[in-house]
Amino acid sequence: MLLFFLLPIATLAITSLESGDFISGFDFTWNFGNYSRGFNLYSEQYLHAVEYGGSATIVALLVAYPAAYWIAFHAGPRKSSYLLAVLLPFFVSFVIRTLAWETILSDNGVLFGPLKTLNLLPNDFRVLATPVAVTGGLAYTFFPFMLLPVYASLEKIDRGLVEAAQDLFASKFEVFRRVIFPLSVPGVFAGVLLTGIPAVADYVNQDLLGGVGTTMVGRVIETQFEVNINYPLAAALAFVFMLGLLATLIIYQRIFGTEQIMGG
Amino acid sequence: MASRAVAVPQQPRARTGPTLRRRLRGLVLPAYAHLVILWLFAPIIVMIVFGFNNTHGRLNIVWSGFTLKWFENPFGVTALTSAVTTSLVTATIGALISTVLGTMIALAAHRYSFRGKALLDAIMVMNIAASEVVMGAALLTLFVAGNVPLGPVTIVLAQVMFSIPFVAITVRSRLVGFENSLEESAQDLGASPWATFMLVTLPIIFPGVLAAALLAFALCLDDYVITSFVAGNTQTFPLWVYGATRLGVPPQVNVIGTFIFLAGVVIAIGFASIQGWRNRRLARESAL
Repeated sequence: MLLFFLLPIATLAITSLESGDFISGFDFTWNFGNYSRGFNLYSEQYLHAVEYGGSATIVALLVAYPAAYWIAFHAGPRKSSYLLAVLLPFFVSFVIRTLAWETILSDNGVLFGPLKTLNLLPNDFRVLATPVAVTGGLAYTFFPFMLLPVYASLEKIDRGLVEAAQDLFASKFEVFRRVIFPLSVPGVFAGVLLTGIPAVADYVNQDLLGGVGTTMVGRVIETQFEVNINYPLAAALAFVFMLGLLATLIIYQRIFGTEQIMGG
Repeated sequence: MASRAVAVPQQPRARTGPTLRRRLRGLVLPAYAHLVILWLFAPIIVMIVFGFNNTHGRLNIVWSGFTLKWFENPFGVTALTSAVTTSLVTATIGALISTVLGTMIALAAHRYSFRGKALLDAIMVMNIAASEVVMGAALLTLFVAGNVPLGPVTIVLAQVMFSIPFVAITVRSRLVGFENSLEESAQDLGASPWATFMLVTLPIIFPGVLAAALLAFALCLDDYVITSFVAGNTQTFPLWVYGATRLGVPPQVNVIGTFIFLAGVVIAIGFASIQGWRNRRLARESAL
């Protein structure tokens, strides 16, 4: 486990301090210049990642919470069937699902084509290649990571507590605000973490659904590695990105505890 | 009016208003939940429908009539078929290895409160936090530094690495409440450690292990990001599809996607009915 995880990270750190190019080879030279260069060149893409990933997490939470609430409290005996229905779409490869969204959202595609013919939408209306499409795609892709922890925490709530609150004449809203929601907070935090991290790092959604100005940092790292073969710069970018996520995570963990994050 | 005919005379009229409104309000949440499910299925529906699309150009985006020709010849694109085969092989091997290793980690973490446990937790969290791009990049630098040729072997190694935490977490959740005393009594009765594992531990944790194995298989099969870093020239199914987006994705992708989806449905329903059957049997046994 240690070997599996720490070794690659160590080589990543070493590579990030190398200099040279692909032809003549890379040498380890404590070249911190990779960091400053990466940061200066791509700060905008880091911001994009935080912006789209963050808003996608919020969207996923807002969409998932009421649905999880209904399944946990009101779906009755068909609870597990509904849960299964929520998860089934995710059996299909996510590249294909994202492609299908591209088909749905395309300018004259399945959804907007008919609406434009009926003049319900202006002709230059578009969603594809905008931040909206990227955010929506991210929220869709990582939806189960939000719904499942939220559902699990709602499902665990002792129904006796809800009844006790009702016996004490709490209104439906009061029951939710004072009993159900506080008890579901661990699930919400776990969901935010599990959705937020991959959403910030993803670049497939952005590549397929976003336009020219929406590049996120994940895409930059990938291009620097695969296309430009500038390993040191790419490694520096990835390392900064990882440290940023790790710092966020540690703060998060200090506040809410590991057990909740691990679902234990 | 019909509504008057059914109205119960004793009931005061003032009450029917709020009840109706309350019933309507009671419909909002279920309607919403069903809409969410529809939203989740929307791309799947599009994928399946466009597998029947009689498209002639390279782009499969505009509907141009119904055909079964793609279903008659789902493996007509050779490169796609070999990518699917590679995916199935690497994902199977990767899932098997990570299930064995992940289960061992979960058992060790459950059985001994060794000092490494906190460290293990930390690494699991870090593994989740590191995100796929960083993982892929880190593994690539490792393989390049170690002069390991990129290909199916590195794909399997990478897949094992990222799916182990998921296996360990899934198996560990099954182990909550598992009594070590069960294993101890088996050993007191003369069972060897291996026999104890096969006859006592494994049957109890088996549902968790199976679920973890399926999860690992699904993750390995579906992975794009990490695999794309370490694949070299090898193509897996997601890599091939992604590459094809530049030139136009053939409808066979939709057909194969539909097959994968159906396989998932069958496995999921099978799982659910086995669980239901077990629960019923347990209920019967405890009633006797």
